Amino acid sequence: MNNTEIVKRGLARRYAREKRFRLYGRCAVFVGFIFLALLLLDIIVKAMPAFSVTEIRVEVDLDREHLGLPAEGPVTAEMLSGANFNGVIREGLRAAFPEATSRKQKKALYSLVSSGAWFTLSNQVADDPDLIGQQKSLWFRADDDVDTYYKLARRTSRIDDLQAEYIDALDNMDLIRTGFNTALFTNSDSREPEQAGIRGAVLGSFWTLLVTLIVSLPVGVAAAIYLEEFAPQNRLTDFIEININNLAAVPSIVFGLLGLAVFINFFGMPRSAPIVGGLVLSLMTLPTIIIASRASIKSVPPSIKEAALGIGASHMQVVFHHSLPLAMPGILTGSIIGMAQALGETAPLLMIGMVAFIVDVPGGIFDSATVLPVQIYLWSDSPERAFTALTAATILVLLGFLTAMNAIAIYLRRKFERRW
Amino acid sequence: MQSSTLFILIVVLSLVSFYTGRGRAQQARNSTRLLALPAHYGYMTAIWSALPAIVLLLAWLAMEPGYLNNRIIASLPASIADQPSETLHLYVNNVLLAVGKGGVSDDPAIEAAAAVYMQAKSTSRMLLSALVVILSLSGILFAMTRYLTRQHARRRVEAVVRIALMLCSGVAIVTTVGIVLSVLFEALRFFDSVSIIDFVFGTSWSPQTAIRADQVGSSGSFGAVPLFVGTMLISAIAMLIAVPVGLLTAIYLSEYASRKFRSTAKPILEILAGIPTVVYGFFAALTVAPFIRQLGTSVGLDVASESALAAGIVMGVMIIPFVSSLSDDVINAVPQAMRDGSLALGATQSETIKQVIIPAALPGIVGGVLLAASRAIGETMIVVMAAGLSANMTVNPLEAVTTVTVQIVTLLTGDQEFDSPKTLAAFALGLMLFVTTLLLNVVALHIVRKYREQYE
Repeated sequence: MNNTEIVKRGLARRYAREKRFRLYGRCAVFVGFIFLALLLLDIIVKAMPAFSVTEIRVEVDLDREHLGLPAEGPVTAEMLSGANFNGVIREGLRAAFPEATSRKQKKALYSLVSSGAWFTLSNQVADDPDLIGQQKSLWFRADDDVDTYYKLARRTSRIDDLQAEYIDALDNMDLIRTGFNTALFTNSDSREPEQAGIRGAVLGSFWTLLVTLIVSLPVGVAAAIYLEEFAPQNRLTDFIEININNLAAVPSIVFGLLGLAVFINFFGMPRSAPIVGGLVLSLMTLPTIIIASRASIKSVPPSIKEAALGIGASHMQVVFHHSLPLAMPGILTGSIIGMAQALGETAPLLMIGMVAFIVDVPGGIFDSATVLPVQIYLWSDSPERAFTALTAATILVLLGFLTAMNAIAIYLRRKFERRW
Repeated sequence: MQSSTLFILIVVLSLVSFYTGRGRAQQARNSTRLLALPAHYGYMTAIWSALPAIVLLLAWLAMEPGYLNNRIIASLPASIADQPSETLHLYVNNVLLAVGKGGVSDDPAIEAAAAVYMQAKSTSRMLLSALVVILSLSGILFAMTRYLTRQHARRRVEAVVRIALMLCSGVAIVTTVGIVLSVLFEALRFFDSVSIIDFVFGTSWSPQTAIRADQVGSSGSFGAVPLFVGTMLISAIAMLIAVPVGLLTAIYLSEYASRKFRSTAKPILEILAGIPTVVYGFFAALTVAPFIRQLGTSVGLDVASESALAAGIVMGVMIIPFVSSLSDDVINAVPQAMRDGSLALGATQSETIKQVIIPAALPGIVGGVLLAASRAIGETMIVVMAAGLSANMTVNPLEAVTTVTVQIVTLLTGDQEFDSPKTLAAFALGLMLFVTTLLLNVVALHIVRKYREQYE
């Protein structure tokens, strides 16, 4: 038997092996795809209920006497905050179901609407004091258990029979409806899922990222310019470069420890404030921005720099008049990607106290705030089922922001990319 | 004046000096030959005006609270000032609170101290404002002298800018030093109360220190071995998923896939790397973990609801793009001549990959895997949300374990005084984490660099 025959005999087996190997490769790629698809699908499905909300129509009698307001004279904000809006809503509910007379029935009836409904009504009246004295038919958010029950086609066990009966009755009278959940975008955090929204977290993220951008972009670009254009080849420069590479790989939580020990305990900055979060995130984003900016500055062709030097520009003028403007698209792309990373970062912000339950919308960088990813973390811990949907919806909002930022980065790169 | 008003004042005055300086230079250009462009003279005067003032402002603001604290303590009656530092600290806080309310308090001693504080603060602020204004104006005065136009302004300005650029690149060093110092300092304080041997080799972790000394379990035990085991277990599961899938993906995309498939598949897989970890944590805790639990129950296995397996699998998925893009780089760096040589000898493509490319790229791949491992060890949100809190020493992936990062988060979120061993333990854990990942990174970067040089 000669060599050719030996080779030929093994050929079928070798080809089979080749095919198998190729199949493994294809499977590996599709495993990645499948995980991604499952992840996104799971979140979208979970998020759906959070975008709609169940509302119940209640006839409220905003009579001065009913509200516990004085019969005459102007109504001050102080009087309003003490007014009995809860009682008015309860009266309205009782009017719709006159047969509910026992304690148990009343309790079931009252728990149909959100325990925060009086607050909504109070705000409405504060906005429009003319409402006082009128009879109005208004929509109020349902309690989260009622909401889940109504939206999921009556499949949940957290509603008792009495409440289910009332909901059916409301349905027959057209007094219950499902609408778009605007509170998700206009409210801040709340203990009641039907009242909770992400406005505070979105603004918190905004302030934090603003600080991050203001600190890390100039410092990062300056560092990149120095390292790429001016730094002498010596030990110190090597040491700086090693440091930058290592910082890029330090676990994010360690940056949080740094922020806690240095910014909060040493410098006495306020806990939970966007200023501290922004500073910590800028330290984390710096390596990304420096590396991207250096690559971008490096790619400016030497001919341009030499031409400028040739007509008498100083080195600094070459950098600021020519290299930097030409490198700007690349630097911006890198910075946007760095900002997107910072937007999704959670762990270091937990360390510096941005996990607090904060109801107020932050108005500046020194106010207590929380950010989108931390809001996700907080809500995913909550036992109420409705918070799961809210969490997923917040994730969708966060992913939307990230997609937009990355799309801008890609657009910039496409538009300004130049091959010299 | 408020510090922000002062800052705005500095900016305005430096703008004024810029225009004065430039104007002077433009005038002087008519009579003498200048050594730089007029704008450079403007920049020079602006720097002259703003830089010393800003340095003074920042230094003053950094020193002021300490000085004012001392003034408060000095003004307190001796009976209060002689108390231990914690009580004194509380007292000082009360004074500051009283100041916030306009200096009124029920306690006359506090009221007196608040008055002293407000007096000292207003004096300090007045002095600061005066100095800042004088320093800022010096730029404009400087521009008025004849001396100005004889300066080599461009060189001066560029020297300052150069130093500023250098300082910015020094931020990387400062950050590293800051991390090391802050973590090390607190960790050393922790090792004052808990011996380092007990910490590194102890096998029992229960950091609850009691409020009263006579309570059960009043001395928390800080043996970190269960945490290390848990971290290693979850990271190992993650690597078991990420390495084969990531490596095969890289091989398929760089050696087999058509250009078109590659250019769509790669960005899609990179989305996995761009998803925030908190989203993976949510997925792991609310979808994967219950699924694995159900699966286990259906085949008669008892799976913990916060099993290491769920966290590990999801973490593995997160690391896939990391492994695949690093391996992709090194596989592409293998010279084409080696592929061609192997194929010309009659080897099939898979034989070429397995016997030529992978061995050639192995150092680079190992480096990439080490980097991925360091990322898995330092990953926080997935394990915080999906792994447990109880420190079990087990290698059974179906049980709940806890990790170093989970414990850091648990120890530092929530209400606690800063000096308790419980809080300091978090810094000791942070130190271990930092050292481990640093070693892994240094080794990995070294291997990758060595490997690159080999084929360049």
